[in-house]
Amino acid sequence: MRALRRLGAETVALVLATVIFLVPFAFMLLTAVKDRTQATDLDFSWPTSWPVVENFLAVVEARDYVLLRAYVNSTILTVASVALIVVFASMAAFVLQRRPGKVAKLADFLVLSGLIIPPAVVPTIWLLQALGLFKTLPGLILAEVAFNLSFAMLLFRAFIAAIPRELDEAAQIDGCGGLRLFFRVIFPLLRPVTITVILTSSVAIFNDFVNPLYLLPGDENATVQVTLYNFQSQYNTQWNLLFMDIVLITIPPLLLFVFFNRKIVAGMTAGAIKG
Amino acid sequence: MTRQDAGPRTGSGPGPGPGHARASRRRRGSAYPYALYLPAAVVYLVIFLVPTVMAFYFALTRWTLFDSEFVGLQNFRDFLAEQNLRIGFQNTLVYAVVTSGLKVVLGLLLGVLLTSKLKLRGFLRSVVFFPVLVSTVAVGITFSVLLKPDTGLVNQALAVVGVDGGDWLGDATTALLSVALVDVWKGVGLATVIYIAGIMSIPSEYYQAVAVDGGGAWHRFRHVTLPLSWPATYSVIILSFIGGLRSFDLIWTMTRGGPGFTSDTIASIIYKQYQAGFFGLSTAGNVLLFLIVTAIAVPLNHYLGKRQVTA
Amino acid sequence: MKTSHRMTGAALAVLVTAALTSCGSGSGPESGSGTVTLEFLVDNSQATMDTAKALADAFMQANPTITIETETRPGGSEGDNIVKTRLSTGDMSDVFWYNSGSLLQALNPAQTMVDLTGDPVLANVQKDFLPVVSQAGKAYGVPAGTAMGGGILYNRKVYDQLGLKPPKTWAEFMANNDKIKAAGITPVIGTFKDTWTSQLFVLGDFYNVQAAVPAFAQDYTANKAKFATTPAALAGFEHLAEIHAKGHMQEGFGSATNDQGMKMLVEGKGAHYPMLSAQLPPLVSSMPQAATDVGFFGIPGADAARNGATIWEPPGIYIARTSEHVAEAKKFLAFVASPAAADAVNKVVQPAGPYRITGAKLPEDAIQVAKDLQVYVDEGRTAPALEFVSPVKGPSLEQITVAVGSGLTPAAEGAAQYDKDVAKQAKQLGLAGW
Repeated sequence: MRALRRLGAETVALVLATVIFLVPFAFMLLTAVKDRTQATDLDFSWPTSWPVVENFLAVVEARDYVLLRAYVNSTILTVASVALIVVFASMAAFVLQRRPGKVAKLADFLVLSGLIIPPAVVPTIWLLQALGLFKTLPGLILAEVAFNLSFAMLLFRAFIAAIPRELDEAAQIDGCGGLRLFFRVIFPLLRPVTITVILTSSVAIFNDFVNPLYLLPGDENATVQVTLYNFQSQYNTQWNLLFMDIVLITIPPLLLFVFFNRKIVAGMTAGAIKG
Repeated sequence: MTRQDAGPRTGSGPGPGPGHARASRRRRGSAYPYALYLPAAVVYLVIFLVPTVMAFYFALTRWTLFDSEFVGLQNFRDFLAEQNLRIGFQNTLVYAVVTSGLKVVLGLLLGVLLTSKLKLRGFLRSVVFFPVLVSTVAVGITFSVLLKPDTGLVNQALAVVGVDGGDWLGDATTALLSVALVDVWKGVGLATVIYIAGIMSIPSEYYQAVAVDGGGAWHRFRHVTLPLSWPATYSVIILSFIGGLRSFDLIWTMTRGGPGFTSDTIASIIYKQYQAGFFGLSTAGNVLLFLIVTAIAVPLNHYLGKRQVTA
Repeated sequence: MKTSHRMTGAALAVLVTAALTSCGSGSGPESGSGTVTLEFLVDNSQATMDTAKALADAFMQANPTITIETETRPGGSEGDNIVKTRLSTGDMSDVFWYNSGSLLQALNPAQTMVDLTGDPVLANVQKDFLPVVSQAGKAYGVPAGTAMGGGILYNRKVYDQLGLKPPKTWAEFMANNDKIKAAGITPVIGTFKDTWTSQLFVLGDFYNVQAAVPAFAQDYTANKAKFATTPAALAGFEHLAEIHAKGHMQEGFGSATNDQGMKMLVEGKGAHYPMLSAQLPPLVSSMPQAATDVGFFGIPGADAARNGATIWEPPGIYIARTSEHVAEAKKFLAFVASPAAADAVNKVVQPAGPYRITGAKLPEDAIQVAKDLQVYVDEGRTAPALEFVSPVKGPSLEQITVAVGSGLTPAAEGAAQYDKDVAKQAKQLGLAGW
């Protein structure tokens, strides 16, 4: 009897969660494969015809293949920024955790500031201009690194706290110190949290549209989110194409997630211990 | 759940003389060279900190893209005189409290559910996390459509159970809360994962102890899960509350602060001024927003941090 | 939208295109062949892109040595920002499409654009257009496309069915609305999700403001006249509030978009839509009845004897001062401002109002709104919108008009809010007298 009730409650929770979280996705997919006339109704219904390939090609070919250029740009942006974030943040978090003192206090403060302070758009543009980095991909990469360092450091620091110091010391006895200690001994141990950081920051950067809009304007430089933002006005009567675009640019993060799915929690387990 | 810095010391080694200890300390210092801070510090300093400090100066100028003029505190006065600042401030607080509150409650519930012996646990965990992966713009477009008054799926579903849903985003009374709920939909997955991690790191002895005392599920939740997942709660609150105070992109893609000014937040007011080309004014607003967030977040962080030690 | 089915080889071609176009501006002189590439930045609305493409194609056919590469940007204030940033960083395309009137003033044309005063490029441009692309007596642009009317688009079928006549006064307009509502049709379409569409009752009322207070624009620019304290100017806000108070808008007006509104109008589900006439031509291809079933009248005022319409001037095409191909760019602008260009555009986009180019004519089969507007022009019953006669325009008008039009803010309060908003803008721009 109790088990039955439990089963019932479970089923209800399951159905509810699935409906709430999956129906919007189903809606995106269905609208993306409808024909133009039916898509205009914007209702939740089964497609009467399936112009999947046509819609796909129309979106890809739009505006001289801007979407594909955007894919290239977004990929470079995401991979480069995330690589730098992982290396920079893990190194800094290691010293921060291992070597308390005044410097660590200051670093702590800066990490928190990084979470709190909204980036100042205009001065950032001005500064990147002065450095000759405005409107360049490296400029945007550096900006994304700077804006996302804090969160990555929080995760890394918490995880490093759980790595026993005996390891450091054993390595030191073997004459391994500084950079070599970190990269040879510590960094390989950070795999779980590194995966978490890779996932969260690549999703954040791949999906960011505010910074690319301002720091990397121009059609030839567009990232996928900026194309979506621009497509909004262009496709405002062709909802099937707008949603096809949404589906296409949502696929990379979903793939990344499917790939890393089981490992996210492992990295967080330590991350949640101390935020 | 305290920090584990105070691990075993060198002192446990055999025969440590005073001189030996000093040498080992010096060696440890060099094992953690400050140079490791360097790359992160340089990027952070140049790209983030310098513009932030510069913002304080820009906030004192009237600035078009072509020339600037020093105007003292005039921009701050103008910003504070902004007609809809009060609504914006109120909305910002409401939005931050509603979103972070719901993320804590729902995240905890889902976390408990998804660490229990559920058959489709893995599937559900993925499903809950899916929305985190979708960009804000895409979420904004999709939900603007789903929340449409006549054809929208939400109202059609409500009609089935006999409820007459309104014009969620077009009505001044519901616009802000509708956006906040969508924010929760998008963000609860991250909160859930943090909770799952937190709950999984609770040692099982605690649960066994409750079982020995003959406590039920509620007892287990109330006296073990809830207090011991406090660090996760702390993380969720801090992240989502600060995020809520600064929030802008979802509101912007869904309502642009409307109808009228009814769902404006401080961040969207600032953004509109930036768009109008009032760069000095919008930078002054940014400085004020920073001060407000700091004034709320730092004491909150301090307070929650304290509770964490005693928890 | 291209919908061709070239699948094979697409991927490769794509990668090459991506590689080629993703590096650098490519505006440097092309060596060897002697061809020059002009970059042309336009906003991404369908009407603009169609017009720009028609202009570029016709020009390139006549001038094979010049290639025009069109680049798009978002519209609205986002686009304004991109244009400002690119001008100030010296990174603007050779020629660009941008609003005329008050928005142009903020671009500091004297510093950023090529002065065309007295240049043969302007030979065919109507004299009364020049002020809206000028600053301090110097002209910088040529008109792109046609002028348009800002007033009420109405469904003529609905009018025929109910035996109504286009109103000459606001009272007649409201009387028509009552009859339309009684017939079960939405009298006035509201689409406040696209906030800019809410401004028409205020901005499109300027003909009536000027008729009542001829010096308003001048006094307003000089910080002497206010919306809240000038009854004729306040009327626009009051009209907006009245329409809402009477419940004349359709359900869900708060989240409806401009496209939905246009569709409602063409299909006869709504009778009136306060709108710009230029919104209609892009619809004609998918809904042919838009050409004949929709007409235009100016927003009626208090006095039937002084009835007229408010006109939006066409946007301009300008040359960036940083361009390395000024001679070629001028050639393009001279073409844009010629009757031949108007003919080329007519073939692709139905004009929504009169051209500002001497000798350019509307086609015989012009759409109804263009014909209706032409009557006002021919009879001299038009006035340019306020933004073409004053540099002062507050950025928050569209939010204020949404608030007034949704009954959240009373009309008088809305007008007062707008006066404050205007003062903020004037101060930020450093205008004299504020």
